[in-house]
Amino acid sequence: MEFNADHFSLFELPATFRLDAALLDRRYLEMQSRVHPDRFASAGEAERRLSLQWATRVNEAYQTLRKPLPRARYLLQLAAHELGSENNALMPHDFLVEQMEWREAVGEARVAREHHELEHLHHRLQRDMLERYDEIAILLDDQHDLEQAADRVRRLMFLEKLLSEIDDAIAVSEE
Amino acid sequence: MALLQIAEPGEATAPHQHRLAVGIDLGTTNSLVATVRSGLAVVLSDALGRPLLPSVVRYLPDGHSEVGYEAQAKQALDPRNTVVSVKRFMGRGLHDIEHHEGMPYLFDDAPGMLRLHTVAGLKSPVEVSAEILRTLRLRAEASLGGALLGAVITVPAYFDDAQRQATKDAARVAGLPVLRLLNEPTAAAIAYGLDNAAEGVYAVYDLGGGTFDISILKLARGIFEVLATGGDSALGGDDFDHRIFCWMLEAAELKPLSVEDSRMLLTRAREAKEYLTFHGVAPINARLNSGELVDLTLTTEIFAGITQTLVAKTMQPVKKALRDAGLSVSEVKGVVMVGGATRMPQVQRAVGDFFRQDPLNNLDPDKVVAIGAAKQANLLAGNGAAGDDWLLLDVIPLSLGLETMGGLVEKIIPRNATIPTARAQEFTTFRDGQTALAVHVVQGERELVSDCRSLARFELRGIPPLVAGAARIRVTFQVDADGLLAVTAREQASGVEASIVVKPSYGLSDDEIAGMLKDSLLHVKDDALQRALKESQVDAERLVEAVRAALASDGDLLGAEELARVDRDIASLQAAARGDNRRQIMLAMDDLEADTKDFAARRMDKSIRRAFAGRNINELDSETAVAHTGEPA
Repeated sequence: MEFNADHFSLFELPATFRLDAALLDRRYLEMQSRVHPDRFASAGEAERRLSLQWATRVNEAYQTLRKPLPRARYLLQLAAHELGSENNALMPHDFLVEQMEWREAVGEARVAREHHELEHLHHRLQRDMLERYDEIAILLDDQHDLEQAADRVRRLMFLEKLLSEIDDAIAVSEE
Repeated sequence: MALLQIAEPGEATAPHQHRLAVGIDLGTTNSLVATVRSGLAVVLSDALGRPLLPSVVRYLPDGHSEVGYEAQAKQALDPRNTVVSVKRFMGRGLHDIEHHEGMPYLFDDAPGMLRLHTVAGLKSPVEVSAEILRTLRLRAEASLGGALLGAVITVPAYFDDAQRQATKDAARVAGLPVLRLLNEPTAAAIAYGLDNAAEGVYAVYDLGGGTFDISILKLARGIFEVLATGGDSALGGDDFDHRIFCWMLEAAELKPLSVEDSRMLLTRAREAKEYLTFHGVAPINARLNSGELVDLTLTTEIFAGITQTLVAKTMQPVKKALRDAGLSVSEVKGVVMVGGATRMPQVQRAVGDFFRQDPLNNLDPDKVVAIGAAKQANLLAGNGAAGDDWLLLDVIPLSLGLETMGGLVEKIIPRNATIPTARAQEFTTFRDGQTALAVHVVQGERELVSDCRSLARFELRGIPPLVAGAARIRVTFQVDADGLLAVTAREQASGVEASIVVKPSYGLSDDEIAGMLKDSLLHVKDDALQRALKESQVDAERLVEAVRAALASDGDLLGAEELARVDRDIASLQAAARGDNRRQIMLAMDDLEADTKDFAARRMDKSIRRAFAGRNINELDSETAVAHTGEPA
């Protein structure tokens, strides 16, 4: 196993967007139980440092692959495909209009502390995002259309941000 | 070189002696030390059979100190020099401390961390904690009959970098090697989880003397994974005492009190709180210095009423932690109760109502953390019995960020990231010919730098003068398994790489720690030189043993020449360890370390390859295992 191998090779997984999450988890835990600093707590300097580097590397790889957005971005990066900046001007007009409507709905519910409405928005958005991730899977794994995949990833970056804003608003409404 | 822990199951490891390792719960109110003896975790008691050591240190005019019950007994007589709940001051400036005006101490608002003026001089919270740790170390050494290999010391999961560093510094001053800092709730889960062979998601509700922690853990197949943590580092049982105290002042219409009277009434408040755990009504009687009598009756109802907001305050971090973990209440399989304050019936009730189940409380909530720490120490020392193995995957409790233009924070490592973790960030210059760059690292969740805790400020100098934006400075933030941050910077544009290691500004310098060590040794019957020699001999023995075990299982990874060199190093180290020259021992250890460095790397590679070799069997075994899935964040 190479320290500088890509994240998929590190876990001996195919470099695809569709991923056996349970298998990734298992490989991750197997690796960590070998390299984690707790295995080297009373070891010498050199081994402790190696262990720290390996455990850090394994954590980074796992965190990247575990969630769909960073995984998709990483696949594009591996394919050396420029994602483009998070620039509003790059996004189609109807997507931006839709975004504004979402934000208004979240803003109103937040100000009014409508907890249930926020929960509802959270679930609606999550369903929407799941469909979009299915689309990315087809674009990346089946059609190998990096251009379109990058476009969908850019949209999802907006949506993930929106989702975390909804979650923050839910947190505030509970206080 | 303790690679023997990773031996394959069924593979014989060389028999070795049991290494003395302890778990220490360095608590706000009480501290404990525990160890695993004959496979059983036990709390070590003092000569009088008392398991708890009150976390109280009293300084005397001759520079000596009293620790524990002895100090606690004099608390009311000598409040100014008797430090209680020092944990609240660890890694903290004076402005961080709530109600400090009401405390009987003479504070010195030193930069980074406050200091206390005592009759024995100016003391840092690190030194006060070191007195407690030293007392526990001596207790353990007396009880176990030898020098300790090291200790696992617990900290609240919510402790930030400054507080963790201060705890580690205290251990250093106390002459105690730290195997690992362990989060208290995780320690509790280790104590419970393994004994009860539990699997699933657990919440650990830890209400101690001065801190509240909530942790959401996943236990599966011997692996403890912290999914989320939260809490309030300034909320605990002491606040309940304080509420009773305030109620007493009001109910008895008392005038402003002397320091001694305040201390005495606070003690009465604590006694009343404890009494109410098993009784419906607590009588409170006290005579003040003025001769005035206080005669009150506190009922369970009044107590629940005046502390209702405190109990409610613990539920916000609980909800937040659940949300961070992406879980609902119904997915929590059990709730572990930790800390003496969870004995209060209103707390048990509130937690039971929220989680819709009776909390687990069959272990002593005062001892559960120390017991878990002892088990972890035993494992890290390599004493674990075959089949009794687990791995802890911990997270960083607070986000790390950098100051950007306009006093805003850019997060570089998010809260709840699994540690160890690292993140590299590229910086560049924004003026032509700029040769220095200021970097400010903060910890916290807020957007403004001024709302976060400042961890480190440093300047990168000697950047080659280039046009704006041409220099490339790569700064790496590494968080280790103890949750502590180290920062390194490299300037790459000039082709010359400079690397610096930055010590966080809040920490104590090596000189300060050396000074504290010297001070503390002046007043303790503890021969420093003899002790240091003994420690080096133990270290040498450990290293030789580890290398030999590694050779036994993987000797084939070395060439004949390399092997001969390692054998020679071992022989000289053993010879040095029989003598009494500490420096020689350390030099011989360095040689052996240097000559086994490549060997270590090769063994690590082999071990990782092996992780996959046996996986088909593992996969068959764990078809039903439930783990994270790739759900959207």
